[in-house]
Formats: sequence, structure tokens, C-alpha cells
Amino acid sequence: MAIEILMPALSPTMEEGTLAKWLVKEGDTVSSGDILAEIETDKATMEFEAVDEGVIGKILIAEGTEGVKVNVAIAVLLEDGEDASAAVASSAPAETATAAPAAAPAASSAAPVAVSVPQSPDWPEGTKMKQMTVREALREGMSEEMRADETVYLMGEEVGEYQGAYKISQGMLDEFGAKRVVDTPITELGFAGIAVGSAMAGLRPIVEFMTFNFALQAMDHIINSAAKTLYMSGGQMGAPIVFRGPNGAAARVGAQHSQDFAAWFMQIPGLKVVMPYSAADAKGLMKTAIRDNNPVIFLENEIMYGKTFEVPDVEDFTIPFGKAKIEREGSDVTIVTFGIGMTYALAAADKLAEDGISAEVINLRSLRPMDTETILASVRKTNRCVTVEEGWPQGSVGGYISGVIMQEAFDYLDAPVITCTGKDVPMPYAANLEKHALLTADEVVEACKKVTYR
Amino acid sequence: MSAKKADAKPNVSAEELMGHYREMLLIRRFEEKAGQLYGMGLIGGFCHLYIGQEAVVVGLEAAAEEGDKRVTSYRDHGHMLACGMDPKGVMAELTGREGGYSRGKGGSMHMFSKEKHFYGGHGIVAAQVPLGAGLAFADKYLDNKRVTFAYFGDGAANQGQVYEAYNMAELWDLPVVFVIENNQYAMGMSVKRSTKSPSLWERGAAYGIPGEEVDGMDVLAVKAAGERAVAHCRSGEGPYILEVKTYRYRGHSMSDPAKYRTREEVQKMKDERDPIEQVRDMLLTGKYASEDDLKAIDKEIKAIVNESAEFAKTSPEPDLSELWTDIYTDA
Repeated sequence: MAIEILMPALSPTMEEGTLAKWLVKEGDTVSSGDILAEIETDKATMEFEAVDEGVIGKILIAEGTEGVKVNVAIAVLLEDGEDASAAVASSAPAETATAAPAAAPAASSAAPVAVSVPQSPDWPEGTKMKQMTVREALREGMSEEMRADETVYLMGEEVGEYQGAYKISQGMLDEFGAKRVVDTPITELGFAGIAVGSAMAGLRPIVEFMTFNFALQAMDHIINSAAKTLYMSGGQMGAPIVFRGPNGAAARVGAQHSQDFAAWFMQIPGLKVVMPYSAADAKGLMKTAIRDNNPVIFLENEIMYGKTFEVPDVEDFTIPFGKAKIEREGSDVTIVTFGIGMTYALAAADKLAEDGISAEVINLRSLRPMDTETILASVRKTNRCVTVEEGWPQGSVGGYISGVIMQEAFDYLDAPVITCTGKDVPMPYAANLEKHALLTADEVVEACKKVTYR
Repeated sequence: MSAKKADAKPNVSAEELMGHYREMLLIRRFEEKAGQLYGMGLIGGFCHLYIGQEAVVVGLEAAAEEGDKRVTSYRDHGHMLACGMDPKGVMAELTGREGGYSRGKGGSMHMFSKEKHFYGGHGIVAAQVPLGAGLAFADKYLDNKRVTFAYFGDGAANQGQVYEAYNMAELWDLPVVFVIENNQYAMGMSVKRSTKSPSLWERGAAYGIPGEEVDGMDVLAVKAAGERAVAHCRSGEGPYILEVKTYRYRGHSMSDPAKYRTREEVQKMKDERDPIEQVRDMLLTGKYASEDDLKAIDKEIKAIVNESAEFAKTSPEPDLSELWTDIYTDA
């Protein structure tokens, strides 16, 4: 019986990848452990080994093919005495895969699916746009600022030679050298402290936490050293520093690696906190964060890294902090969200439109300072509000927004604000449980129907 | 009883020795005054006095050059005076007044001076150690040949982040002197009760960092060791550890039950090892100075301290608008 060799999932969030190179050809005999191919994921290029013995009967996906979905058959392995032609018949060609040149740029491994973002005052109408992933946008934002200012440097685990655990810093070591792209040992508290010290003495560090889960080790320096020095020194010295990295749930990585800390950081005076949604947000906010003279918590999301958006193709594109963006205008209900919450909000708005409910979607982008004026103006128009976030309910971002609306726009409300959050549990591993722990667009739809009494 | 006699006339000028005496005395009298003001309710919260440890900062500051940096814990008054910060501004910060270094917003534990390259005043035990390594990281990055003194106590020496900082400091050859001010007690926890590896500086060997133990009651010994450490760091060879054996006469902070050591132990140290008495003895026996010279210095110091106390009492409390300033600086 011929064995189908399937596209492997090589990272927790991998849904598809590029079949970068075949290291075997049809007719080759392989045994367990032989390297069959190089596969490029959103995180890295990895070698893919044979599990079974046999002869490569047919290669189904040509090398250089991008966007090969996980679990699609990529080759057929024949056992002793089997005929190649029989094997081919049993394997339907993968429809999802499309051939592309082998030299395709590394970071665009995910097939670009442009997410539609309506025009906004972030850039003038008619601005030339380019397509870019969030990952590329973050890298471009950092690189532009590093070219402009010698005191900016990037520090973290695997940011250099490994090219970034999530490939955000890919190529930056080559461009800026080891002095400015600093690989650290695994020692978050230590390097966060060193970075803050260097910021107090005139540098502008960008600290990458491989994920924000590990930033918990460094919490003392983020809060006690970075956020408070300016105040405690009577304004004499502070810490211009960016702490960045993926925050929030990835996929199937369990309780210690799936959590959203937006609400935690948002509470601290002295910190600025931003969470981009689109690639334009990512680039514009990153450049602003690096230029800011205060400590900035820059919360990214692993699932968003590979998503493609339009980014203005201009010389020096920045987005100011404290300015929310109305991503979709509407009249019946205001949905306030940020980061990956935008994906649920936009999906919900589409579904609501089918039922004749017009939802206005606000992308906060910046949590501290927060653009409450835009929220309040929208609520005064729609008279209803639903907040959407991945984090836990108690002490949530939505809870804060709900309080602000109650105090500032109580008379405008036609229904209590509903805060859609992740479930109040540590993230489970089991696929079905995880799905239930996470927020869904349907829950947002339901909340919007409830506040509009539909 | 007299202080320990110097064996021979030390190879040091009268001017230098007098300088050490004056600076150590300033710290002691300042701290005594701070203790008084605390008792009068003019200083609140935590107040950690440096009495007994004066030779450490005075000796090391004598080894520093203009532009070198220093960072320490919350027992920071001595460090600030030794690096040349104004006693008036320090005392007024202790009383929480507008004239304080942080305009009353930092307090005893949190003062800074950009001008004097003093980077605080940190309240979380050992946090200043990676911060100090970071100051040195910046100096190396900017290639300005400066050295940072990162001071911490024997208690902080058991915090993990000290070793994270050691590892990276040596890995990257950072010009930082790690100064362990071993006063033998972390609050009430004696070194003997906190670790079975009591030679704290030797822990640096695990990371390849050289170091040495120093008699922290002998200002000249501290200075000499400081010079070795600074030379090592400034030449680009990376960090150096000084474990300075010292002793704090007063409690950990102002509310200390003093049950963890005997009165006799403290008295013996004061009688036999006092850093100021040692220098005083050297000055007199070596005929560097007369009793009258020293009396003149005592008087001068007393005047400086009284002036700082007067300033700290009369400087107004910060304007209420200060509550809302310095949280963010202009982007």
C-alpha cells in the first residue's frame, strides 16, 4: 500500500507553508530519518524527515510551491514491489497548492490574502499603497528607525543568528551587525534590566520577548525600573525603551503560552501600551514607539504575523499614540476592540450586516493613552456598545471602557455595555476546549443582537 | 579603646587623607541628623542609614574618574554625598520637599542626579545590578571609556538577577564593577544563615569574573582595590567584583528590633574597626594633622549638615500640581 507523505505542521500556528526544496527525487529509496525536503514555515525553514521506508513513487507538489496546506499529500512513498502509476491514482493532486518561483522571498510564505481596511485619515487619499505582512511591517518599522538613529538597538533571545524566533528580525543582523542586534542568553529579568539601564544612560533599546509570557520574569524591571524612574527622579531621567513581542493565544500551546496581558500593562502609569491590528498599524505604531521617550509595551500577535494588509508606501509613515481608528462605520452598535480582537469584530460586523444591523468597529490600537473620545462619540451616535478582547473578564480592558462610558455617556446608552472576553479559565490544550475558551465572532454577534434587542 | 593602629605611615598625602576623613565624617553626621529628623517625624517611611559603611563609598569614589557612573540600592544617602551631590538636596528629599533631588517625589530610596552620574536609589533588592550592567552596556556601546559601579548588599547577592547580570556582563565585557557591600546582615538575616557559600565574590568565578575581598573598614584598602577594579574594567577586560566587608551600626531601617545580633558585637566593631576613627588615628599618629585641624573639620561638617537640615525643614512641600508631572516625558 502506497503511503502518502503529508505536508507537516512544524509550528503551533502553522496552517500552510512553502515547499522550499526537495532533497529526494522520484525513484530514490529512502529510509526512516532521511531528509526528504526543506519546508519553510512562518517561523523558520526546517528539514523534513522520512518516517517510513520505501521508494519515492511520485512527487505531488513541486519545490518552490507556496501556500501548501498542512496535511495535503506532497509525495507518495512506495513499498516493496509497488508500481508508481498505481500510487499516483490513489493520490489526488492538492488543489490548494499553486506553483511559484523557488526564489520567492522568505517571509511571504503565507499566501497573501489582503484584509480590506477602509481608507482612513492615517494617510491621505490617493497614497500609493503596498502589500505587506504584519511581520514585514514590524521589521521595516524597526529597521527604518535603526537606520535613522544609531542609539536604537534590538536585544532579545534569538533575534540575531537564528533570525528571530518568529522571523520578525530576519536579516537585521546582516544589516546592523552584532553590536546592534544583540542575541541574549535566556535570561529575561537580566536582559530587561540591562536594557533599562542602557536606556537610562542614553540608548534606545528595543527588547524582544520571544513571547510576552516570558516577560513575566522581567515584570519587575518593566514596572519598577522602566515605568517609574522618570517620576521618581523628578523628571531627570527616564527609560526610552520598547518592550515588544507576541502576546495572546497562539494555537494549542497550553496555559502558560496563551494569554493576553493588555489589561495588566494598561494599568501602569508611566507605561504606554499599544497593540496593532493591521500591518499599517504595526509599522506606524512601531516607528512611533521607538521614537517615544517613554517605555512602550508593544503587544503583537503570532497569528497576525503572516496576515497581509495594505501599508502606505511613503517615506516616513507613523501612527500617533492615543488615536483610535474607525475601521468600519455603522449606526446601530459600537464594537470597540484592538489587536486580534479586530478579526472577530469585523467578522461579526459582516454577519450583523446580513441581519440588517449596522455595526461601527473601532480599532483602539493604543490602550494607554486611550482614545476614549472616539469611543464616546461613537456611543453617543449608536447608543450601544460591545467590547471585544481575548483577555480574561475580571479587570479587563472592556471593563474599563464600560466604566468610562457609564460615567461619561450614561444618558446615551440604550442598553448595558457587554464585554466580550476570553473565558475565565487558564487556556486548555485540547482542541475542542481551546476553541471554547477563545472568543468567537458568533459571541460578538450575539452580544450585538442583545444590546440592539434583536 | 582605640581604633586599630596603622602599622606604618601609609603612602598617602595629608590632603588625600584629610579628604577621606572629611567625606566619611560628612556621611556620618548627615546620617545621624537624618536619624534625628526621622525621630521628629520630619522624615517618613523607610530610611536606611549608612553609618559604619562610610569607607566603602568614599574609598571607591576616590578610585573613580569624572563621568563614571554609580547605581545602588535604597541605602543610598552615603553614595550620593560621596559622589558630590548637594547635602541640602538629599536631606530635602528625605523630608519630601520641593528642594529635594526628586522634588519630593522619590524619597529616601529614590534619588538621581544626571549631573553627578548617579542613577539611583532603587527599592527592589538587586534590581540595580542588571541596571548597572545596562549603564555599562551603554558606555561600551558608545565607546566612551566610562566605568559603572553597581553597588549591592550581601542580601541582594542571593537574588537570581545578580547572576543573570554577571553572565551577560562577562559575556559582553561590560565595564562594570560589581560592589558587594557585605555588611553581614540582610535585614536580620546573617550571611551565615543565608548561604553555605559565604565568600560572595568567589561566585563570580562561575562566570569567569575576577574579584577580591576587601577590608571595607579601611578606606585606603578600599581605594586601592577600587583602582585595581577600575583599571580592569577601563582596559576593556570586562567586569570585576569587589566584596567589601563592612558593618552597619544602625538597624536595617529605622524600625529594627535588633534581636539578631548582640549589642556587644556592634560595640566591638565600633571600638576596634571604625573607619573614621582609623583615619583619625592615622592623621594624628602620622602627624598629618593636629587635633585642632580635625576639630575645624568637625565644625565645618556640622555646619554643612545643620544647613542641610534647616533647608530640608524650610523648603516647601511640592506643589500639588507635581502629583501629575513627570509621569510621561514629551515624545
